[in-house]
Amino acid sequence: MSDPSDALASAKAAADRLVKVKRLNACLTPTTELRKSLLAQAQLAHPSGVLYGMPVAVKDVICTLEFTTTCASKILEGYHSPYEATAVSRLKAAGALVAGKTNCDEFAMGSSTEHSAYGRTLHPFDKTRVPGGSSGGSAALVAAGAVPAALGSETGGSVRQPASLCGVVGIKPTYGRVSRYGLVAFGSSLDQIGVLGRSVHDAARVLSVISGRDPRDSTCEDRDSLRLPTVPESLQGFVIGIPKEYFPADLDPAVRRACDRVIRLFKEQGAAVREVSLPHTPYAVATYYIIAPAEASSNLARYDGARFGPRFNGAADVGALYRTTRGMGFGTEVRRRILLGTYVLSAGYYDAYYRKAQQMRALIAQDFRNAFDRGVDLLFTPTTPTPAFKAGEKLSDPVAMYLSDIFTVTAISLPIGRVKGLPIGGQFIGQAFLEDEMIEAAYALERVVPSSEEV
Amino acid sequence: MAGGPGAPGVAGATGAAAAAGAAGVAAAGGWETVIGLETHVQVRTVSKMFCGCSAAFGAPPNTNVCPVCLGLPGALPVPNEQAIKLAVRAALALGCTVHPKSLFARKNYFYPDLPKGYQISQFERPLATDGLLSYLSPDRGVATATIVRLHVEEDAGKSLHDRVPKQTAIDLNRSGVPLIEIVTGPDFRSPQEARAYLLTLKQVLEYAGVSDCDMEKGSLRVDANVSVREAGVTALGTKTEVKNINSFAYVEKALTLERDRQIAVLTGGGRVEQQTMLYDAKTNSVRPQRTKEESHDYRYFPDPDLPPLVLRPELVDEQRAALPELPAAKRVLTADRAVADYYEAVVHAGTDTKLAANWVLNEVLGDMKTHQEQLRVPPGALAQLIGLVLGGTLSQPGAKRVFAHVAERGGEPRNVADALGLVQVADSGVVAAWVSEVLAAHPVEVQRYRNGEIKLLQFFLGRVMKVSRGKADPKLAQKVLEEKLAA
Repeated sequence: MSDPSDALASAKAAADRLVKVKRLNACLTPTTELRKSLLAQAQLAHPSGVLYGMPVAVKDVICTLEFTTTCASKILEGYHSPYEATAVSRLKAAGALVAGKTNCDEFAMGSSTEHSAYGRTLHPFDKTRVPGGSSGGSAALVAAGAVPAALGSETGGSVRQPASLCGVVGIKPTYGRVSRYGLVAFGSSLDQIGVLGRSVHDAARVLSVISGRDPRDSTCEDRDSLRLPTVPESLQGFVIGIPKEYFPADLDPAVRRACDRVIRLFKEQGAAVREVSLPHTPYAVATYYIIAPAEASSNLARYDGARFGPRFNGAADVGALYRTTRGMGFGTEVRRRILLGTYVLSAGYYDAYYRKAQQMRALIAQDFRNAFDRGVDLLFTPTTPTPAFKAGEKLSDPVAMYLSDIFTVTAISLPIGRVKGLPIGGQFIGQAFLEDEMIEAAYALERVVPSSEEV
Repeated sequence: MAGGPGAPGVAGATGAAAAAGAAGVAAAGGWETVIGLETHVQVRTVSKMFCGCSAAFGAPPNTNVCPVCLGLPGALPVPNEQAIKLAVRAALALGCTVHPKSLFARKNYFYPDLPKGYQISQFERPLATDGLLSYLSPDRGVATATIVRLHVEEDAGKSLHDRVPKQTAIDLNRSGVPLIEIVTGPDFRSPQEARAYLLTLKQVLEYAGVSDCDMEKGSLRVDANVSVREAGVTALGTKTEVKNINSFAYVEKALTLERDRQIAVLTGGGRVEQQTMLYDAKTNSVRPQRTKEESHDYRYFPDPDLPPLVLRPELVDEQRAALPELPAAKRVLTADRAVADYYEAVVHAGTDTKLAANWVLNEVLGDMKTHQEQLRVPPGALAQLIGLVLGGTLSQPGAKRVFAHVAERGGEPRNVADALGLVQVADSGVVAAWVSEVLAAHPVEVQRYRNGEIKLLQFFLGRVMKVSRGKADPKLAQKVLEEKLAA
């Protein structure tokens, strides 16, 4: 696409599609504002950009100059960021159009997009179910065909899990591959912007554009942007490890069948398949639930009503201002995690929790390195233990919603089959900064896996 | 006390005697003050610690701000290399061990002028530790303060309580300005010593080009830990932290107030509570900070937005090279071991510590500078020379001439003074003759003096010194003048 009229047509079509899927509550931007902005952006878009005219929706935890950035929280209701995230600037520089802000769990805390101050997002195939989360709005919009790709963010599975439940592709890049500048922080040492796309290629080309060094983010690696691999003929030469801990006895039978089918395809495609072990996997959830809330308790301290966002009244003094603003502005899940994080960082508990968790984190990371050091190129696992669950089903049990794959270095989830019409996802886990190799394998699997067939 | 069997009575008696001795000292007002200082110094950079905003003082409120120093959602810090370099230079100037790897940490607390709800500082692994700074104590002569740690951090904004009636205004221009915090051990024994240390610290940091150390602009701020204990006790008493000391003029005042408050509490049979005290310059008083304000658990943890601060060896070398050679007066207080030893020897030879320090700082260092760093006057000779001044045998200018002579040609100061005819004449008959001569030469002034212009006494005294060519003992001359003029 390089004719300006094509970008305009693309913008109009995207706006129409976004209006059509309004009932999903996946997009937080009002449709009239969205249409107007898309048309304006199309006129200004760079025709030479590699994503020229491509509408890309953006999770509402990522700052944009277009539209508000609320993190699906009341505490940022109506907040317009005076600057935009590096990832968003790069999308725009490549000619892409910011196609609205997507719904998510408040401050990305959750995995069902039910914890949004602006209502839950519906699963595009079954409105009684959740799209996953926290990037549920992004996954639902891509799955519903409204946009070819969307930005999400991961702290502990928040891109891959909704991608899996909605039947789209989700890439979680290695920490440090994409700048976090302008990504509203949740767990800073884990947060990473990821991409959801209707195909491996759509997700990968968006990732390629947003990746690469950024002087504004000290944790972003000094590396060039990701180069897209070519689509391989087969999986010849790949050694794929199957971590046994990811296939527990109580794994959903349909998910197991879908994975078995993929493993057979690997062999047909010429890959060597090996069982591997990641022995510290059982500690991953506990580790995550100390580190992420600890960082969140500090990251979310700035929402106090003093400088931006709504100020909830009845504030007699500054203490009361904090209490009412934070008490009324944050939802229950966010408050729960702030309390948890405050506790584990408190004097007298730091060593028992936070320091221990950091030690365990190092051991978990070492598990992955050990597996890769033994000649395995990639790991393959189910992305989630079950297909999409019913709304309200797991609200009271957030811990059970996570599979322990949060300290992976880079991963890509793609659809590998369906059960009763609901998508099942599988993921490749790759070595740090070897996204290209992982994407290459995903291309090969995508070509042969019957992802829309029942298992 | 172990006291072997059969000797408990003796041991007990000895113990009681010792206790009585200590109590006697205490009753005589024998309290020892123990002070440690935490000094925050703004390092001289163009931009802030973690963003590109100007760090300049005095801009209109909230004009030097950006998403990073405003703590807006999604913004991230990037360390200012110049600030790190200056911090390293400061650490080297203070003789610290600079650590090749240190960590930034978040200090979490809520306050309206702290935009992120945490301050980026350093906690478990600071930039530098274990330094020393020698300074001139008014009580003890050259003394050495230990620098426990030196770390880098960012400043908070400023709350202005008098701008808007009944409201607090926040100026975030200062938010994110680079600071170093320099923490001493509990090394100072009086408010005067604490002040002397601070002045030396200021000199060293100014000279090294680290900071302008302007307390009035807030580029040097001091918090002090203060405790008192009875003389002879080695354990530290319960300390309080005194904050809000915003000027050099207030350092002594604030610390003296707090010391006296603690002594009064203890003398009255009370206990010092560990708390934070705020100094109020307007009323010259200290008051406890409200308990609520200080019940902080800062929940320090390594800042996940900032990788460990790794210093290239070249950076440290570069800063070591950039460290200017400190001028003599500053050098003696910091690094020059030989001069410190010399001073100790002068004091050891038996003379007044303060006068000895002045002589070392002025004459000895001045002479060293012009004579290839040699210490040409032996410590014993200087001690004797100071004794001659104290005893009235030599005037201060006369003593300087003797010093210069001894430096050039050696000799005993007393003999040199005699040889040069500089020994002050303390013979009242001779002095009276000089006085009469002066009064006879200035009849008008004598009349004016007698009409009430008593400040003319200094004029007459100057004349007497002149006619005596500096040999008249000034005290005696003044006494004789007063007598004759009153007659």
